[in-house]
Amino acid sequence: MGFFTSADFTIGQKILEVLYIIMGLMAIYTGVKNARDEENPSRLGTAVFWCAMGVVIGFGRWIPPMANGILIVIMTLPAIFKKVKIGKVDAPNTEYTKAMSDKLNMKIFIPALSIGVFAIIFALQPNYGALVGVGVGVFVAVVLLIIFNKDNKPKVFLQDSERLLSTVGPLSMLPMLLASLGAIFTAGGVGDVIAEMVGKVIPKGNVTVGIIVFAVGMAVFTMIMGNAFAAITVMTVGIGAPFVLAYGADPVVIGMLALTCGYCGTLCTPMAANFNIVPVAMLDMKDRMGVIKNQVVLAGIFLVFQICYMIIFK
Amino acid sequence: MEWIKLLGILIVIIGFALKKDSILIIMLAAIVTAFTGGLGVKGLLETLGSSFVANRSMVIFILIMLVTGTLERNGLKESAAKLIGKLKNASSGAVIGAYGVMRGIFAAFNVSFGGVAGFVRPIIMPMAIGAVEAKGHEPNEEHVEQLKGMASGMENVAWFFCQVLFVGGAGGLLVQSTLEPLGYKVELLDLAKVEIPIALFCVTVAIIYYYLKDKRLRKKYYGDTK
Repeated sequence: MGFFTSADFTIGQKILEVLYIIMGLMAIYTGVKNARDEENPSRLGTAVFWCAMGVVIGFGRWIPPMANGILIVIMTLPAIFKKVKIGKVDAPNTEYTKAMSDKLNMKIFIPALSIGVFAIIFALQPNYGALVGVGVGVFVAVVLLIIFNKDNKPKVFLQDSERLLSTVGPLSMLPMLLASLGAIFTAGGVGDVIAEMVGKVIPKGNVTVGIIVFAVGMAVFTMIMGNAFAAITVMTVGIGAPFVLAYGADPVVIGMLALTCGYCGTLCTPMAANFNIVPVAMLDMKDRMGVIKNQVVLAGIFLVFQICYMIIFK
Repeated sequence: MEWIKLLGILIVIIGFALKKDSILIIMLAAIVTAFTGGLGVKGLLETLGSSFVANRSMVIFILIMLVTGTLERNGLKESAAKLIGKLKNASSGAVIGAYGVMRGIFAAFNVSFGGVAGFVRPIIMPMAIGAVEAKGHEPNEEHVEQLKGMASGMENVAWFFCQVLFVGGAGGLLVQSTLEPLGYKVELLDLAKVEIPIALFCVTVAIIYYYLKDKRLRKKYYGDTK
């Protein structure tokens, strides 16, 4: 409780912590619901995954790092052994969604857009930050949806979020795990080794060359790995930091654009199957590379544009 | 023997390239790096635990899901279909372009209508093919194939480059928490701002490119010069 009454933390940090507790409880609800769901083929594994995750998210601040680490390892085990499954799905039927759309029409966009709007408003306030804004936006959206339609009871929101959470499953944890891996790479001194090796090939201190290598490297690594999120942790630690940022380049421009340079790679690779191969099947296309062929030229233009932008605004 | 520290990175690259289980690859790389980098079991668990808690901001999507599913239940997708359906007398390329604009704007607010399966296939493709028929032409098979590719491409470009404009999105959060242990503190709002010109450029170029490509194909297959 000391945290919430302490003057050392801003009101924004305290609200955020409350939001983490809510999210943790949502994850735990997902675990408990699936543990009791007879239609779920793997009740134990699913419950362990979501509950362990919920505890770390909601209460991790008050748990020693070692215990959090153990909980995370426990969380990943059912995911690795494919024991996290989806139970009974209570999706809305199309007659209902059609009827609601006829009733609400364009009004539905107000709650839909409110999250982004409040994120920006709160990002501009010192002491609060964008994530508190997201929380406020979600709250506003919930209230609006309840006003619009009496069917939207609190239970409906909880069930719908459980449905989505179960559908995205363990892969939703990928960005967080990748960020943790990045921290382990940094702690293990991986960046220094790469920096030393690459330093023998490209001249140290030439920021322009560093930017080009970083940007093109992001695109190429993303093509090989099929995932820009996986590429950026490795590339930022190994190339971005020692060859570009270390010489005073703007971490906002360089760090962020590296990600979208990676997306140029995503547009060109069958490894990113979700974006480039699954649509081919869904649209009954004849050419397996039909989507990629319509993106390659654009990806090239985007990459060159971004490299120039990074060099100019570094 | 310093290079042995790179084993973890090698595991990530090869693992993802071979399409092995993503979480398994990450954990394996973490364990291997903990040993080659001299962190040991204790260091591994503590770094894992503290960085996961420090990066909890990335689970904000869970909170957003509290409304996403219910928005869907209240007809979000159907209303989006009505919105784009207001477009009349447009060519196939213009339909795809208009979808790019709509998709991009909503992506910046982290709102999605179901991607290729949920929106392009049931709503955009019939509109694009309908545009050809409205001109009195029998849709050419190769033209339709290209339209499908372009619609998917527009979907991807608008989503990738506009979603980074959402303050609190996964991309910005990952960049923020990748930079932090390296000693660079950045704000989410600044990360989103810096992508505005990139998003405008990429979506505009994609719209023009697909519009011109469709125009060329229509001329080729139907002798349509307008």
